[in-house]
Amino acid sequence: MMNRKLLCGAGAMIASLCVASAAWAQAAAPIKAPDAAAMAGMVNKGDTSWMLISSALVLMMSIPGLALFYGGLVRSKNMLSVCMQVFMIVSVAGLLWCCVGYSIAFTSGGENHFFGGLSKAFLKGVDGTTLGATFSNNVYIPELSFVVFQMTFAMITPALIVGAFAERVKFSGLIVFVVLWSILVYYPMAHMVWYWAGPDFLADAPTDYGLLWGWGALDFAGGTVVHINAGIAGLVGCLMLGKRTGYPKEPMPPHSLVMTMIGASLLWVGWFGFNAGSNLEANGVTAVAFINTMVATCAAAVSWSLIEQFHHGKASMLGAATGAVAGLVAITPAAGYGAPMTSIVLGFVVSPICYIFVTQVKIKLGYDDTLDVFGVHCIGGIVGAIATGIVASPALGGQGVFDYTKFPAAFDASTYSIGTQVVTQIKAVLLTLVWSGVVSAILYFVIGKTIGLRPTVEDENQGLDITSHGERAYNY
Amino acid sequence: MKFIIAIIKPFKLDEVREALGAIGVAGMTVSEVKGFGRQKGQTEIYRGAEYSTNMLPKVKIEVAAPDDLAAKIVETIQQVASTEAIGDGKIFVLDLASAVRIRTGESGDTAL
Repeated sequence: MMNRKLLCGAGAMIASLCVASAAWAQAAAPIKAPDAAAMAGMVNKGDTSWMLISSALVLMMSIPGLALFYGGLVRSKNMLSVCMQVFMIVSVAGLLWCCVGYSIAFTSGGENHFFGGLSKAFLKGVDGTTLGATFSNNVYIPELSFVVFQMTFAMITPALIVGAFAERVKFSGLIVFVVLWSILVYYPMAHMVWYWAGPDFLADAPTDYGLLWGWGALDFAGGTVVHINAGIAGLVGCLMLGKRTGYPKEPMPPHSLVMTMIGASLLWVGWFGFNAGSNLEANGVTAVAFINTMVATCAAAVSWSLIEQFHHGKASMLGAATGAVAGLVAITPAAGYGAPMTSIVLGFVVSPICYIFVTQVKIKLGYDDTLDVFGVHCIGGIVGAIATGIVASPALGGQGVFDYTKFPAAFDASTYSIGTQVVTQIKAVLLTLVWSGVVSAILYFVIGKTIGLRPTVEDENQGLDITSHGERAYNY
Repeated sequence: MKFIIAIIKPFKLDEVREALGAIGVAGMTVSEVKGFGRQKGQTEIYRGAEYSTNMLPKVKIEVAAPDDLAAKIVETIQQVASTEAIGDGKIFVLDLASAVRIRTGESGDTAL
């Protein structure tokens, strides 16, 4: 299994992190369960640089990428409300991650495989000398680079949700929701999928992992943790908050598809940090994840445009941007597992499925998922999560999975079974849908009854920019 | 004096302005407007949500002119702004009671 995870080196007091490099580690026989002093020689400057750059790229996905992608799609009277929601969620989630998030997600829960403990709350014991594990034996990265990389994921995931009830949510209620949702949904999901003891330690601690990791579920960069998780929370939210006033009778066209195109493009660029960065090292698999992210997105954009060309006779800019995002979502769990050509197939397949949900199912069922968080992120995420079980197969050119219970990690392509893996993937999807869906519903209900989640109809009609934030996006 | 209001397709504005300049029109007022006539609207589709916009963007030109020039202006606008398709617009001509140049206080034809 080649999932991502961390592991920390003990709080070592090592003077220099970069004395020796990977060359040294490769020359000698791998060291099982290295101590802090040995680990300090297993850090590579290239890996560290790549992780820090990736963290900045993922931040760019949220702001301004997601804010513009979403903002362009709402009416001009709600532009700033969406930008502000994304901006403030990013800021609050960053603080919360340092306080408790990192610890809950990435420390061992012992025999509890649902969430970790509080031993690293407020980043206790984490400093410039502590290290985190990667997917390779005897390769480590500075733990703080892992903390900040994962922080950017904890920022963008709740920000994705706001698209489902954009133009009709009360700011204060939303922020309280995001705090509670992060603690009760995001951190446990991240723990379940991505926590494990690390390649040098698992052999001695064979049950030290999160629940889904233990099942063998594959999620390279966050198909379940980020996209299905946020997508189902969005669907539940738009159902419980109710439709926008006037929906669907009143026309509510996007106010600037140029913004949406810029936002989608920034998402695409930032996504290289998200997917290729998730390899935690700068190596061949990183390149695999990078090119898969590129070509799956191209395929999905082309696919969506072709559907529109046949269905309406005109391929739209919004359609191409939506297809690109669906492709990015779908390739996320598979990024480091598939091959470029299977990723292209995945990109072509995801667009028609999301297209049906966005243009047909939503209208038939009548729910008001303002910016199609469910139709694109949840459905695209499910397609990607299940397809990961297929494209990861070495028989199809995929990367397969490593057996980390052995030391050093063993690889045997013949043990990979598409059928078994797809069943595991489906189980992981179902658990994510239930966990996030149920807890989100409870949170929306409680916050709706106390602080409130809907502004008044007058405020909604006037637009949230003025009524929630006291400003207008455009003064002309 | 006559007051001429012409509603034309936006992309015809520059041509009309040049043609009117060539026949001696010294000034005009232009605004972006929306409206509908026989052309009706157009359909826009955003992720499957269809909106028919029943107002289309047009440009409104207003020109005040002496009586002897008015007919020539109307003829020029009609010829230049025409694409021979529906949606080309309309020209309205009104009698103008008076005109005053604010800077000097001149009135009548000399104010135009």
